[in-house]
Amino acid sequence: MNATSRLLPVAATTAVFLIGFLICSLTFPNFASLRVVMNLFTDNAFLGIVAVGMTFVIISGGIDLSVGSVIGFSTVFLAIAIERWGVPPLAAFALILVISALFGAAMGAAIEYFELPPFIVTLAGMFLARGASFLMSTESIPITADLYSHLAEQALRLPGGARLTVPAMVMILVVAGGMVLLHLTRFGANVYALGGSRVSTALMGVNVTRTTVLIYTLSSALAGLSGIVFSLYTSSGYSLSAVGVELDAIAAVVIGGTLLSGGYGFVFGTFVGVLIQGLIQTYISFDGSLSSWWAKIATGLLLFAFIGFQQVTLGLARRSRRHATGGAHA
Amino acid sequence: MTPSDTPTDDRRDPAPLLELAGFSKSFAGFKALDGVRLTLRHGEVHALLGENGAGKSTLIKCMTGVVHRDAGTLRLDGALIAPRSAAEATQAGLATVYQEVNLAPNLSVAQNLFLGRQPTRFGLVREGEMRRRAAAVLAGFDLNIDVAAPLESYSVAVQHIVAIARAVDQSARVLILDEPTASLDAHEVEILFAVMRKLKARGIGIVFVTHFLDQVYAICDRITVLRNGRLAGSATTAELPRLDLVKMMLGRELAHATAERALAAASGEAAGGREAAFAAFEGYGKAGYVAPFDLALRPGHVVGLAGLLGSGRTETTRLVFGAATADTGTAIVDGAKVALASPAEALHLGFGYCPEERKTEGIVAELTVRENIVLALQAKRGALKPLSRREQDEIAARFIRLLDIRPPDPERPIGLLSGGNQQKALLARWLATQPRLLILDEPTRGIDVGAHAEIIALIRRLCTEGMALLVVSSELEEIVTYADEVIVLRDRHHVARLTGEAITVPGILAAIAADAPAGEQAA
Ligand SMILES: Nc1ncnc2c1ncn2[C@@H]1O[C@H](COP(=O)(O)OP(=O)(O)OP(=O)(O)O)[C@@H](O)[C@H]1O
Ligand SMILES: [Mg+2]
Repeated sequence: MNATSRLLPVAATTAVFLIGFLICSLTFPNFASLRVVMNLFTDNAFLGIVAVGMTFVIISGGIDLSVGSVIGFSTVFLAIAIERWGVPPLAAFALILVISALFGAAMGAAIEYFELPPFIVTLAGMFLARGASFLMSTESIPITADLYSHLAEQALRLPGGARLTVPAMVMILVVAGGMVLLHLTRFGANVYALGGSRVSTALMGVNVTRTTVLIYTLSSALAGLSGIVFSLYTSSGYSLSAVGVELDAIAAVVIGGTLLSGGYGFVFGTFVGVLIQGLIQTYISFDGSLSSWWAKIATGLLLFAFIGFQQVTLGLARRSRRHATGGAHA
Repeated sequence: MTPSDTPTDDRRDPAPLLELAGFSKSFAGFKALDGVRLTLRHGEVHALLGENGAGKSTLIKCMTGVVHRDAGTLRLDGALIAPRSAAEATQAGLATVYQEVNLAPNLSVAQNLFLGRQPTRFGLVREGEMRRRAAAVLAGFDLNIDVAAPLESYSVAVQHIVAIARAVDQSARVLILDEPTASLDAHEVEILFAVMRKLKARGIGIVFVTHFLDQVYAICDRITVLRNGRLAGSATTAELPRLDLVKMMLGRELAHATAERALAAASGEAAGGREAAFAAFEGYGKAGYVAPFDLALRPGHVVGLAGLLGSGRTETTRLVFGAATADTGTAIVDGAKVALASPAEALHLGFGYCPEERKTEGIVAELTVRENIVLALQAKRGALKPLSRREQDEIAARFIRLLDIRPPDPERPIGLLSGGNQQKALLARWLATQPRLLILDEPTRGIDVGAHAEIIALIRRLCTEGMALLVVSSELEEIVTYADEVIVLRDRHHVARLTGEAITVPGILAAIAADAPAGEQAA
């Protein structure tokens, strides 16, 4: 794939978002406002954060099915730590980040040392994390700490009554950080290389084990961060929260133009993929009469359309590559 | 010759750069390496030679820790080292280009050159600086390409040069090159040699695997030969004349070569009787791809395509096979005009095509040798007429014998064969379909001297049986022995056509090098 055909999927995703936004604006008179956009950010912040981690995993040729459960576990852990054990909220945040990072590192290590498929390992991780959160509590625990109500009020006030909330800010920082890490660092190049060819990457002297462990550590740590944001958003911890979020994250990554087979993709595309899913939700809530399950159906149709689109552009790129072969030599 | 009576002068150099001793490795009971040793001195180019499957690549992988050896010690400047992965080997100072080009196709050329050691500032890769350096490194290899473009947008040869440049640029103590020249043309080989000489002058030791004996004598100081996983001998290049070297590699005289020459002479007469062309291409071409050309293909007739890399040889064969579609000219097969818009139509007309990048794209690694050989034949017959197991066994056995595929086990997964033996099996796949026209792109690349002669003999034999052949080859000596007609290409134009007496190596070289007008005259 040449540089332009690489950018094509992201450009298409962005176009779909803009067209979708235009349709919504024409349908609902007060849709096109900064306020709606900011709400879109806030409501999807937790998804955006895990989806960034998922982008790294998928580009490297893997998959992480455990993130939804890790979010659920994090909210329960935070609620219990803060409310029952009396741990200061900030310390609890640090703790859960460390725990989830270690959990991801363990999954990455299992994938590497036992040469297991990521699908199986993270599926096991998904059951483990979900089971652990049920062990801690089966009920929804409200979090009443001062910091929570304080953070919920904290927001950057923008014109038109729009508010850039803390979750939205965290997501924007994570997306920006993810872009820098993936596109501008050695680690990021290794992630792409792994997705391009694992064997070659190892033969090129890249420490594949370390890179893989780091990728799953990152994904899990971001799921932990997402859990923090989720608990801020709901002011509670519940073992059944964020069920199926891993699938929403995968959908966002694929809609964002990342190849499920690895090697190609951008964090920015994932961000737009998350916004598209959020847009569909917003449309339904504006409409008021539609069942919220339509959101799932629309997401499914979009996924099909994007995967089809990717196959076509990939096929075209491969063909033109064949034709160009041999011509580039000086 | 046994290892003990080969000339050794280990004592002359008290401090060798790299010393391997007692290297052994078995794969499921099969001894791929058995007590091999090798001594590399400072500033020495050391040829590691042997037939396909002799264990050269395995030795290299055991050295760098990619494959775990059963026994053996490795010393670098006298100190024991034991790298357990390519990463550790690189750190220890062994830079390697493995036989399978090992790069990330989806990354840019620059990233591939510097992966793992990109220039950074505050942890961020300095993209501009990296590209500048990448361009400078490749300029040393006479390669001026866009280093920001993904590697996969370039040809196999370019990718190979990038892999070599990456290894060379790691400024290691030891450089290991496993068949680096297999996909390079003469000019690129010269450039590589120039780079190797520079490294040599800096005291770097180079291990060089190749099947081209000319290259051995052009650049190497010392030769170590493996045969069936054992050390067959080691000597300086000066002490080991070519014939002795071949004998050491094969463990026997190259009887085939002389037999093949006799056969060549005999069938050369046979080819004198001209049969009518069954396929003719007139003014055939595609804008921006290959300029219009005329080509006639006769039964029992070999047409060779010669020219530098990128001169349009592969493109010509792709047009003939319908893998690319012509926009001018006509193709006439059996007196009727045909469209040739897809490979399926070409297959239907009885054309077969063995592509250049077969090493990477042709094999199905998990399938056995037998299954790989019958693949194309089965596809041609269609799913409704399956080949019986007995037929499959027969075909596989015949070609394994004919091409000397080793080990001669039809039930072994082809991915476990050595590079050269995989290539022979792919050739067998197309031969098995018994096409009327067989198009071969670089049929002898990566194939050892013994098998080389056999493949050339086979090409001759196929001709006497009435098959037409269109062969692309960079090895002019080879083309000269079997071609009845040689077409020389330059800059995507067919610039000269040589026949009969005119087919000589100097003749072809002159046509390749000639200025455009001179070339037109010859044509
Ligand atoms: N992973 C493996 N499992 C089983 N057998 C193997 C494996 N790797 C190599 N072999 C066998 O070891 C032998 C030596 O192979 P190797 O690749 O070292 O040969 P080579 O000398 O490099 O040949 P070539 O010139 O064809 O590249 C071959 O018979 C091959 O089939
Ligand atoms: Mg080899």
